[in-house]
Amino acid sequence: MSGFDETPLDEADETVRVRFVVNGRKVACEVAPRDTLVDCLRDKLELTGTHAGCEMGACGACLVQIDGRAVHSCLMYAVQADGAAINTIEGLTESGVLGDLQAEFHRRNALQCGFCTPGMLVTAQELLSRMTQPSRDEIRDALSGNYCRCTGYEAIVDAIDAVAKARSEGGGGA
Amino acid sequence: MSTPLTSLDRPNSYIGRSVPRPNAKRLLAGRGRYVSDLKLPRMLHAAFLRSPHAHAKIGSINTEPARGVEGVHLVATGEDLAKLCTPWTGTLDHFKGMTSAPQWPLPLDRVVWAGQAVVAVVAESRAIAEDALELIEIDYEDLPVVVDIDSARVAGGPLVNPGSANNTCFRSQLDSGTVDDAFAHAAHVVEEEFTFGRHTAVTLEPRAIVADYDPAAGALIVHHATQTPYQFQDLYSRHYGIPEARVRVIATDIGGSFGMKLHVYHEDMAVVGLSILLGRPVKFVADRMESFVSDIHARDHRVRARMALDAKGEILAMDVLDLTAIGAFSTYPRTSVVEGNQVIRLIGAPYRFRNYRATLEVIFQNKVQTSQYRAVGHPIACAVTERLMDMAASKIGLDPFAIRAQNVIPDDAYPQTSPTGYRFEALSHQACLKRLHEIMDYDGLRAEQADLRKRGIYRGIGIAAFVEITNPSPAFYGVGGARISSQDGAILSLTPSGEVRCMISVTEQGQGTEAIISQIVADQLGVAQEHVKVITGDTEVTPHGGATWACRGAGIGGETALQATRALKRNILEIAALILQEQPSALDIIDGEVVDAATRKPRLPIAEIARIAYFRSDTLPPGTQAQLTVSHHFAPQGYPFAFTNGIQGCVLDVDVETGLVKLLKHFIVEDCGRVINPMLVDEQLRGGIVQGLGAALFEECRYSDTGQLMNGSLADYLVPMPMEMPDIVIAHVETPTADTVLGAKGVGEAGTAAASACVLNAVNDALAPFDATINSMPITPAKVLKALKRL
Repeated sequence: MSGFDETPLDEADETVRVRFVVNGRKVACEVAPRDTLVDCLRDKLELTGTHAGCEMGACGACLVQIDGRAVHSCLMYAVQADGAAINTIEGLTESGVLGDLQAEFHRRNALQCGFCTPGMLVTAQELLSRMTQPSRDEIRDALSGNYCRCTGYEAIVDAIDAVAKARSEGGGGA
Repeated sequence: MSTPLTSLDRPNSYIGRSVPRPNAKRLLAGRGRYVSDLKLPRMLHAAFLRSPHAHAKIGSINTEPARGVEGVHLVATGEDLAKLCTPWTGTLDHFKGMTSAPQWPLPLDRVVWAGQAVVAVVAESRAIAEDALELIEIDYEDLPVVVDIDSARVAGGPLVNPGSANNTCFRSQLDSGTVDDAFAHAAHVVEEEFTFGRHTAVTLEPRAIVADYDPAAGALIVHHATQTPYQFQDLYSRHYGIPEARVRVIATDIGGSFGMKLHVYHEDMAVVGLSILLGRPVKFVADRMESFVSDIHARDHRVRARMALDAKGEILAMDVLDLTAIGAFSTYPRTSVVEGNQVIRLIGAPYRFRNYRATLEVIFQNKVQTSQYRAVGHPIACAVTERLMDMAASKIGLDPFAIRAQNVIPDDAYPQTSPTGYRFEALSHQACLKRLHEIMDYDGLRAEQADLRKRGIYRGIGIAAFVEITNPSPAFYGVGGARISSQDGAILSLTPSGEVRCMISVTEQGQGTEAIISQIVADQLGVAQEHVKVITGDTEVTPHGGATWACRGAGIGGETALQATRALKRNILEIAALILQEQPSALDIIDGEVVDAATRKPRLPIAEIARIAYFRSDTLPPGTQAQLTVSHHFAPQGYPFAFTNGIQGCVLDVDVETGLVKLLKHFIVEDCGRVINPMLVDEQLRGGIVQGLGAALFEECRYSDTGQLMNGSLADYLVPMPMEMPDIVIAHVETPTADTVLGAKGVGEAGTAAASACVLNAVNDALAPFDATINSMPITPAKVLKALKRL
């Protein structure tokens, strides 16, 4: 920024370099300290499959995996995630780890507008990694932080239930 | 005559088949293309400074410090935008005497609700724009605030629009038969006053728009997350004075709409103006708090209603007063009186009484506008009617099923005209009632309820019959002067490789429009569904049409696709007949092959016809001009609306210690005519029911007495979440409309129409042992405890 010293720039404009492993690939980007992780993923890294719904951790649209756990990317500053391994819907799709869930969601039409879907899939994957045979109530409970305005939830519960059963029968692997 | 549409045993028979939506795979992979994702070269971001006052005069506005912020390109006030944009007024001619003040993108001299956008800042990022907003100073002079319905109606009280005589937007009265006489001679009269809280759509993707004005071309492109791109093409063209052909509106993937995204919003109009002022793309995405204070709200009704019955329980008459408060303006271009109008016209709709009187009073107040949201008016009409039915049943000693069976219009008595003037072609209340009784195992539920009561568990069982308005003709908006189309158009091509491309004016918000259109085209042409590509949502590409609202996508859009496909098929078979030296009538198309109509023996792939027509037209007989693209429009005729019907039931427990209601199971029997895709129909019902359950138990925009929205976040405004929602059992009765070949009616609002009424009846059923009643929604724990006199 030298040469422009006469232009007073706010603190908010100062950026910090952060590095992540996103979807298995090392990336670096410049973020402002106030940038949330969801904004960083969507705007800087153009991973627009992660959505911002409520910006306060209530709706689950922004869920991503950080170091293997489901995390609200709207409740975390990008600088806090420095050094973390982050998986978004794009990477989880490419790796195939969600393939059976995505196929079952598709088959049962467990989505309409699709805005909640990436977050639903992240929650479903987390649930099935903790619990191989959840009951319907346990599935509904696990989804209690995922808002969907379109489906009424039942097809989503059905799809997760079916995948849980199929994974158990297939030896628990995905 | 066509082959029977319900036959599923022939090739390519997709009508009536549950097939997944081809376009859902993108969304599952995180590859949706929502407007909120969009980034254009040189794009800037808009943010709005909003009024902290519910009603105030705008004094001086100091924008200088904001203009000086690095990265800020423009600060615009109401005056700046009023130079470009003509004002709009949310009235329609067929609502006689209705008034509403003119509206501009940003206000000129007065703010009329807390949260109204006042000044716009456009900057290189949303964050910079918001930083700059903090530096803007506005002098406000408080004006008296009109918040609730009662204070709005006080003579000589504060006015939302100074200079007007009162706060009335519209009054309407219906009176048919001899209501007073019927009440005078009634054996039984039941009466109640109901309140219905304001709630809102809460789409998961907030409103989003990118306006991109190119001054060199004099052309505007708007990427707009809306259901109705053609309506907005027309409005942007007329209000900004840009020729229609140079306005293009593109609606790609939309993160939920439910009616909320088809209205004109001040910010959206402003963003178009900001882009014109800057000659650059400008983006605005509402944040969640902005959504709560600026998206349209719905409901907010207080209804006093009474019903007269004879000694046996036959309804003699109803008498209704609906007061509804709609905010400071009537919404443009569909107005804010449609909901009230539908409330008074749908009350009592399933039943055959003839004496009906209703008064509607639509009132201004200092809150954000209300307007059309899923199931406009239906839940209110249904709850009022169905609660009075249960009150009457209880008074007379009839079971809720019995009193409805006694009073519904018999299935063999159609056509019928309601006392409110609605013409019903064919409904199936009796069949639906019978089927609901079976799928609920109603007698079993009542036995179980009796057992549980002995153990102190207060189970409630509720049912509610409904009639839904779908497939609207020009009688809905066109007759009132609104440039809102009730017809749709499609352009259908056989491509050079023998695939089919359908560009159609109905739009997709996830309900499966593109899927069902491809099913209809594939079915009617005789090709595999995967060879049909459907394109929607771009005014530059698809013909002008009504798009998707009021449950018209399947019924009107579907019929458009059907008729267009039959025209294309005729054209293909004409060319095939020339090539094969046959009569066109001797040929048919099955699975992409022209076949002998009698023997079904394959003769020629349609891909070969396409190849010849596009590349070897020299081999066709002289004078032949193959027409492998057809355009076709369809406007509904016959009945002004295709009414549907159904009945819902629910089972729940009321915890009389905490007032909490636990939903256990929900049931619906629905008749939307021809079902095109049973899975998608069921998903519309489930999603609709859950929105109705939200209204029943949770959702309410709560205001302070100074007109401040108190719960404008997803932590404070309760929406239905997975662990609170029940499984939903669905059954169908199919009564196709004879107005179209397809026979489909709409289904998107049926679930919402009656779900809340069911819950209201079930909660009251559960509370019956306590002589406690509830007449207000949402049914919060506090209201339950108050009814039980425990709070």
